[in-house]
Amino acid sequence: MSSVHVSPLSTYLTIFTALMVLSAITVGAAFVDLGSLNPVVALAIAGLKATLVILYFMHVKYSSRLTKLTVVLSMFFVAILFAETLMDYATRGWLNYVPMGQ
Amino acid sequence: MHGHDHAHHPALQHHFSTMSQQREAGVLGMWVFLLTEVLFFGGLFITYTLYRMWYYEAFAAASKSIEITPGLINTVVLIGSSLTMALSVRASQTNQRKATVNWLIATIILGSVFLGIKVYEYADKFEHHHVPGPSFQFASEHGAEGAAHEAAPAEGGHEVTMGPDQLQRTTQIFFSLYFVMTGLHALHMIVGIVILFIITWMAHKGRFDSEYHAPVEMTGLYWHFVDIVWIFLFPLLYLVERHN
Repeated sequence: MSSVHVSPLSTYLTIFTALMVLSAITVGAAFVDLGSLNPVVALAIAGLKATLVILYFMHVKYSSRLTKLTVVLSMFFVAILFAETLMDYATRGWLNYVPMGQ
Repeated sequence: MHGHDHAHHPALQHHFSTMSQQREAGVLGMWVFLLTEVLFFGGLFITYTLYRMWYYEAFAAASKSIEITPGLINTVVLIGSSLTMALSVRASQTNQRKATVNWLIATIILGSVFLGIKVYEYADKFEHHHVPGPSFQFASEHGAEGAAHEAAPAEGGHEVTMGPDQLQRTTQIFFSLYFVMTGLHALHMIVGIVILFIITWMAHKGRFDSEYHAPVEMTGLYWHFVDIVWIFLFPLLYLVERHN
């Protein structure tokens, strides 16, 4: 009768466990010198955690295509925000011939 | 899809044909709202990114002055509250009124624990004069040591050594972002807890069933979103340059 997808309890517990393990890995990885990869690893783990929450806790995996599109769109907008701002940051000194990175 | 030949669900609004159409519209609307929230916090995250690239040394020093333990406990507490919230939505989907109420109460408790720990952390920053403003004090405490050691290589690849005065000024930027980002996050949680109280009362009154539980579901989406913001805030604020 109901068209709503009901996830089994085990799904929620599995996702919760995965989120806990990933949180522990984030803290552990922060104490390992990975050079410039430290923030990359931290953000990759955070992104993975967010994806698990979105897909399973927020049920986007079982949502309509229109909802999925809206979720992806929000990330696309943030990507534009970051790309354009960082482009300005990286190129602002060009006209004055300021050497990059000084 | 269904429902044309029997009585309408009392929660079905007249402008929708079926409960599933109404639910779908609600979920979509909620996600459009969350999209604006993503961009709202996105503005703060890009600000953080730019300043981190400019003043990496200050961000590293300031972040290292923050205790990890309360932040990690709060991570566990908040993700735990997302679990109880998800279980509450599941209970409402399966007509379990008592379980819906109990999981909602558990979510309120965990959310309150998070805010309590946040109050402890804020108080700690006031005590150490790590709150931006006239009484902010960072350089004298960490600066001498920080200036003597070789500078942490900035993420851009260049090395800069900040003097105590520069560290005093630029660490304030980190702490400003710390308070704005965690403060707005906490504000979202306070709003969420107020909504949770209302939803708990509605659930207790038996307003929800497997066909109609949109308020529980929408509150869940909001709560999980707030959880996701924290998932990013935790490594960005607590875990910068810990390996040095």
